[in-house]
Amino acid sequence: MWKPVKKEDEPQGTATSPTPAHPVVPPKEVRPVDAKQENRSEVAHIGKAVLIKGELSGSEDLYLDGEVEGTIELDHNCLTVGPNARIRAHVHAREVVIHGKVDGNIQGTDRVELRRTAVLVGDIFTQRISIEDGAYFKGAIDIKRDGKEQKSGSSYAAAVPSGVGIGAPALAEKK
Amino acid sequence: MGSVTQSLFKFFHRGGSSGKESQPRELGIRSRRHSTAFKEFMRALGSKEELSFLDLGATSATNISLLTERGHRMRTEDLLGSSFDPEFYVAGEGGVKTLDVDRFLKENLQFHGQQFDAVFFWDIADYLPEPLVKPVIEKIFTSMVPGGMLLAFFHTKDAGPDAPYSRYHIVGDDALDLQPLMVKNGSGNASLVKLQRVFNNRHIENLFHDYASLKFFLARDNMREVLVVR
Repeated sequence: MWKPVKKEDEPQGTATSPTPAHPVVPPKEVRPVDAKQENRSEVAHIGKAVLIKGELSGSEDLYLDGEVEGTIELDHNCLTVGPNARIRAHVHAREVVIHGKVDGNIQGTDRVELRRTAVLVGDIFTQRISIEDGAYFKGAIDIKRDGKEQKSGSSYAAAVPSGVGIGAPALAEKK
Repeated sequence: MGSVTQSLFKFFHRGGSSGKESQPRELGIRSRRHSTAFKEFMRALGSKEELSFLDLGATSATNISLLTERGHRMRTEDLLGSSFDPEFYVAGEGGVKTLDVDRFLKENLQFHGQQFDAVFFWDIADYLPEPLVKPVIEKIFTSMVPGGMLLAFFHTKDAGPDAPYSRYHIVGDDALDLQPLMVKNGSGNASLVKLQRVFNNRHIENLFHDYASLKFFLARDNMREVLVVR
């Protein structure tokens, strides 16, 4: 990281002070960014008064608080189902966080979270799942991690209290 | 108990009996209950892998974690919670709303041919609306593999009418945590679910008369434990 100073580069007969390897750059003037604007650019938002029928797909994170009938495809992104949402669709996303009502199968490539107010009727296919106390869930759960079947070994995930994320055996974490 | 099952619960075992009664003290506060029938239930399942479990109690993240981490398949369906859905109630004679059992069974306990090796019925039968009790037991029968096992608890009359409906969490080789629950009624108000009935041994035998065998376990608290084999 630090480049050694060559002897021929050292000035002769002068008092020298250690020079940093990288020149000091004056800080840029940073203007405050509108938080809402910044969030909007990162997460798409569908409000509670919106009804969508058909296939909903995208390549950015989505906060969905309206009604959707059909399918939702966000292969590499996160879907958050808001508390006012009513979804009648099959969902495929990297992460799925549910606060509202969903009637359909959920495929969360990485994880699925059911929050306290969630109502889910459908099957879940994911690597990790978290279900808070109070969430209503009716369906089957299929846990598959990275395409490999992880058979139980000598260590197991801790008995986690309600509302805690459940992950792979060594990765159970407390919130 | 198989060594695999032993190691499965080794982490959770807190050593020794708590000696506590199973009476929940406050809503939301868990109480621990040691269950001989549950211990026997898990022992009988042994170290088999990829079993299909059906949990008909209130959704328990703990149970889901435990069983899926073990490599089993799991289906969960909050049967009692569903029975309170006002959509299943129709106005009958005198304006009294009655449960539409046929409609309830068309929309619940639908497993699309899947059959289960193990069923957690907990104490649901004590709280279900009367018209549902027998049809549900019969429906479960058709959804279990021959030789499959069902675990059920029944309150004795000494439990009292205020014995609350609880969520059951598996926390050890013979230990369960009970978490009293409130259930929303048709008006959207939450309240404790009161005991609807008390079964005696004969009632229980009649209830499961289609099944292969029953085994009763005595419990120190006001609970009758039953292992049923399909």
